Amino acid sequence: MPKKATALQRKIRILVAKPGLDGHDRGALVLARAFRDAGMEVIYSGLLPSPEQVAQMAMDEDVDVVALSLLNGAHMTTFPKVKKILEKKGGGGIVVVGGGIIPEEDKPKLLRLGITGLYGPGSSFEEIVEHVRRRVSKERRKE
Amino acid sequence: MLRGGKDAYWGKKARSMVEGRSKRGTLYDGRAAERARKGLEQWEETVYREWTEGHPGRGGDFQTASGIPVKPLYTPDDVADYPSQGFPGVYPFLRGIYPDMYRGRLWTMRMFSGFGTPEDTNKRLKMLLDHGETGLSIAFDMPTLYGYDCDHERAHGEVGRCGVNVSSLRDMEVVFRGIPLGKVSTSMTINAPATVLTCMYAGVAKKQGVPTSQLRGTVQADMLKEYIAQKEWAYPPEAHLRLVRDLMVFSTREMPLWNYISISGYHIREAGSSAVQELAFTLADGFGYVELGLEAGLKVEQFAPRLSFFFNSTMDFFEEIAKFRAARRIWATVLREKYGVKDKRSLHMRFHTQTSGASLTWQQPLNNVVRTAIEALAAVLGGTQSLHTNSYDEAWALPTEQAAEVALRTQQVIAEETGVPNVIDPLGGSYYVEWLTEQMEEEAYKYFDRIDAAGGLLKAVKTGYLQREIAENSYRLSKRVEEGKDSVVGVNKYAKAEKEPIDTLKIDFRAQRAQMKRMATVKRERDEAKVRGALAKLEKAFENDDANAMYPMLEAVVRYATLGEVMGVGRKVWGSYKEPMIL
Repeated sequence: MPKKATALQRKIRILVAKPGLDGHDRGALVLARAFRDAGMEVIYSGLLPSPEQVAQMAMDEDVDVVALSLLNGAHMTTFPKVKKILEKKGGGGIVVVGGGIIPEEDKPKLLRLGITGLYGPGSSFEEIVEHVRRRVSKERRKE
Repeated sequence: MLRGGKDAYWGKKARSMVEGRSKRGTLYDGRAAERARKGLEQWEETVYREWTEGHPGRGGDFQTASGIPVKPLYTPDDVADYPSQGFPGVYPFLRGIYPDMYRGRLWTMRMFSGFGTPEDTNKRLKMLLDHGETGLSIAFDMPTLYGYDCDHERAHGEVGRCGVNVSSLRDMEVVFRGIPLGKVSTSMTINAPATVLTCMYAGVAKKQGVPTSQLRGTVQADMLKEYIAQKEWAYPPEAHLRLVRDLMVFSTREMPLWNYISISGYHIREAGSSAVQELAFTLADGFGYVELGLEAGLKVEQFAPRLSFFFNSTMDFFEEIAKFRAARRIWATVLREKYGVKDKRSLHMRFHTQTSGASLTWQQPLNNVVRTAIEALAAVLGGTQSLHTNSYDEAWALPTEQAAEVALRTQQVIAEETGVPNVIDPLGGSYYVEWLTEQMEEEAYKYFDRIDAAGGLLKAVKTGYLQREIAENSYRLSKRVEEGKDSVVGVNKYAKAEKEPIDTLKIDFRAQRAQMKRMATVKRERDEAKVRGALAKLEKAFENDDANAMYPMLEAVVRYATLGEVMGVGRKVWGSYKEPMIL
């Protein structure tokens, strides 16, 4: 029992990533700071990694969460790609959340794939941080 | 400014903004200021105090979006020792660059558009021309902006998503089909591949029988701000600056009406900077390009009239107006004082404005019509030469035709119904606006001094100094909204639980498939040996720093070498670039 409690309380490690051809890093940089201020260990991917590189970074850094940000309209290709490569690499337990400019009608498909959050500009830090925490603790209970 | 080293000018200027102010002439004589001060003191001690003691007010910290604290009231006393405002069309152009401003000609209504295939964009451009738009402005998709062809692995899923895809001259021919290039002016938001797109535009003109000397338009080609804010580069900064230099020299000779750099604060602001930072970093970039042109052996008078600016207009109404006014005065002053420019046209800061995309909310999207209208009004009161107004649905997707039309109509309402364009610089002389203009200027000069002392722009970009300044400010702004210190209607105030769905523009994979098909045809039909020969010549030019790469590039482009092939030569010669960690 005590071991499980530690696992649940362990600091959340989160990779904030911008996969694909998209230099709009304002949201990613702001969220990286917000996650850090919320007590998480934050790793930032830098710009322009491929989905493959993002998944590899997540595995190498042994993160709990990958937070994807895209504002270029390519989320329907790129987000699922990251998720799929993660699963292939044995990172199926890594929580994947996403955000950016995501039209309503795209959301159901992403949610079905287990990519949640899908926050847009103007969302509150509190809500986003809470979402990440909730998903991580749910995942950790499975451990 | 570009390469740094402590230049005494910036430090002196920053100090003299405050100390030597009255030497620049005064706005009010001593007696008027004295009267105002006495009146104000009396008013504050009696009327204002009595009132506020009984009325606690809204509370909160009253400050501009840049964090400059503001008083409840401004009087002549606040601006008494400020320099006189001068007149429109007269140095230093605080009140406007033309003597008649909008009484002569309204600003150009230039709506940025582009999506999907070249055919889709061609149709939208013609629609906008039919609706009374007076200048074209093209948005490109991400693969084009980064210099990859539509069939590149990295382009998958991104073709035509947030702009039109142009992978070769053939695509460009379709974008401008039926649009006479000798009669329109075209702005292209393109940076890393700006040289290539300029060659393509010249290539289309050639096919239409229009001489390059008649081509009017703009490429953004502002690579400094790419490293500072927009972050769409292909090569290291030195390589891109060399290409900008080649573009300046080539255009000066061959395309004298081409505005080859649009020095852009827009993206710096969208990335989260303050108005002060937008002003300071953009103008610093401008001085950087002046130095780049001088290094290339051009005279300032040869290229300064071809430099234009591009600013953001967002929600702090008066601060934005002050920013525009300050920008004009700084540009003219520094060009004359530091770079010795005398020719009047070279001192003119001409600028385009776009309303702020980052100010739009996905919640209650129709409110964005109001935001855009207010921002557009600020740009007009600030004396902009051209204007793009955003569509209300852009926090959701690319604009639908209807949303784009409302955005254009917003400008037309300001132009035709409000009476605002009838008087030049109508807010000139407002104690608050004049005071704020001077504040913006002071802060900008302080930044110039800091950037120069930090080793100049190139170094400030490579160490991440400017990027970090912006990221810090952006986080400050977000936290202020989060803590309720700043309000956003429909987001942290007057929010509604239910969503208001709107129709959005859908981009499917049709564009990618169509583009890949055309790419295959282009490659099949072109003379392969000639393409290879042209690319080999281009490689030699890239390797020789003294060559001008534009000439061999134009040859490669008109032989239908693709965008990715041309950009690929540079990738081979110069490699790519990884930015410093900003966190």
